[in-house]
Amino acid sequence: MVKSTRLSEGSVMELLELIPDPDIPVVSIVELGIVRGVAVDENNKVTVTITPTYSGCPAMTVFKEDIRELLLKNGAEDVEIKIAHSPTWSTDWLSESTREKLRAYGIAPPESNSSDSVPLFSSSKQKIKCPHCGNTNSRLTSQFGSTPCKSLWYCDSCLQPFEYFKCY
Amino acid sequence: MKTQEAIYQYCLRIADSNLILAQRLAEWCSRGPILEEDLAMTNISLDLFGQAETLYEYAATIKGDNATADSLAFLRVEREYFNRLITEQPNGDFAVTMVREVLFSAYQNHLYQALCKSNDEMFRGFAEKALKEVKYHLRHSSEWVIRLGGGTEESKVRSQAALNELWRFTVDMFEMDEVDEELISMGIAPDMKEINKSWMKTVTEVFTEAELHIPDLNNVIKGSNKGIHTEHLGHILSEMQYLQRAFPGATW
Repeated sequence: MVKSTRLSEGSVMELLELIPDPDIPVVSIVELGIVRGVAVDENNKVTVTITPTYSGCPAMTVFKEDIRELLLKNGAEDVEIKIAHSPTWSTDWLSESTREKLRAYGIAPPESNSSDSVPLFSSSKQKIKCPHCGNTNSRLTSQFGSTPCKSLWYCDSCLQPFEYFKCY
Repeated sequence: MKTQEAIYQYCLRIADSNLILAQRLAEWCSRGPILEEDLAMTNISLDLFGQAETLYEYAATIKGDNATADSLAFLRVEREYFNRLITEQPNGDFAVTMVREVLFSAYQNHLYQALCKSNDEMFRGFAEKALKEVKYHLRHSSEWVIRLGGGTEESKVRSQAALNELWRFTVDMFEMDEVDEELISMGIAPDMKEINKSWMKTVTEVFTEAELHIPDLNNVIKGSNKGIHTEHLGHILSEMQYLQRAFPGATW
């Protein structure tokens, strides 16, 4: 019987980079900063520590299933998924290249630092750069959009609606 | 009272409030005045469900005895729920829902800010995340209340009526008992008198901007810490728990 070789932490990370966000398939769960740690023991049991994005984000359930399925298929004997609540996930963790992928996909990436810095009652005077035409002649249509992480905007230059990945 | 027991009880107070308000907001699904608001209210509902789940999971680990987030959410009876009474009040018209949202999200905002400094690591992690979410809820609802208060005669009358009706439930949100005393002494939970002060400052700011006046306190109803409810909770539970009652143990 062929005994499967031990997975390395690095190869597990490479596998995890293949798992896309179900709602934004151009970015992976690693790029989003959801994967916080990987450990492999001598029996090829893999422990993946992830951190939730929005408290109620339905994608989290999909992430967990995808991680388990992919790792079991690629040699892991067992998969344990741990949830880390601290430090709190933030859009500040998105790298410049991840932001560029979002823009190319048609979603305006978060423009300022996490929401902590936004004053409570400023009706948004913020101008977000339209991902389609690049102009900032835009306005907020709704603070809440198709997923918990996005708000709805309208560009008055190219007359197209677009989604904005909210600061979190 | 033992600390673990107090933490369990405190989890239920926050989680139950979030669960019941989430259920209420979900009632707006497909009935919102405009599509964007339909999405907004269900998004807020989803955030609150998620927040409730985090604390139910924590409570279940303390309780042991095969308890799960689901069993806590769906298999208790009315007197075992400790949600703040304001969260179970009917949606009414859009003004009632938005005024309730201002009153409650401002409360969550200040409570969570305080819990970010808790000596309990789980509460700290929960609050840091949840705070980011309720800030959006508070901004959304206060912008609406300001618009409704300063809108037409009709929207102003309705918003003021909503505030008059809901104000008497706000005392209940700040009630304290031996659970709070234990957790305050351990540096785990804040003194609600302090939260009450900062909450009052925030809501006064919103209602002043909205040109609505804060009514006198009359017919105050409280009792959520002891599981005493208004007549509305039983009806919510009968709908929310139907599946688990009719088909015990059913899973998705």
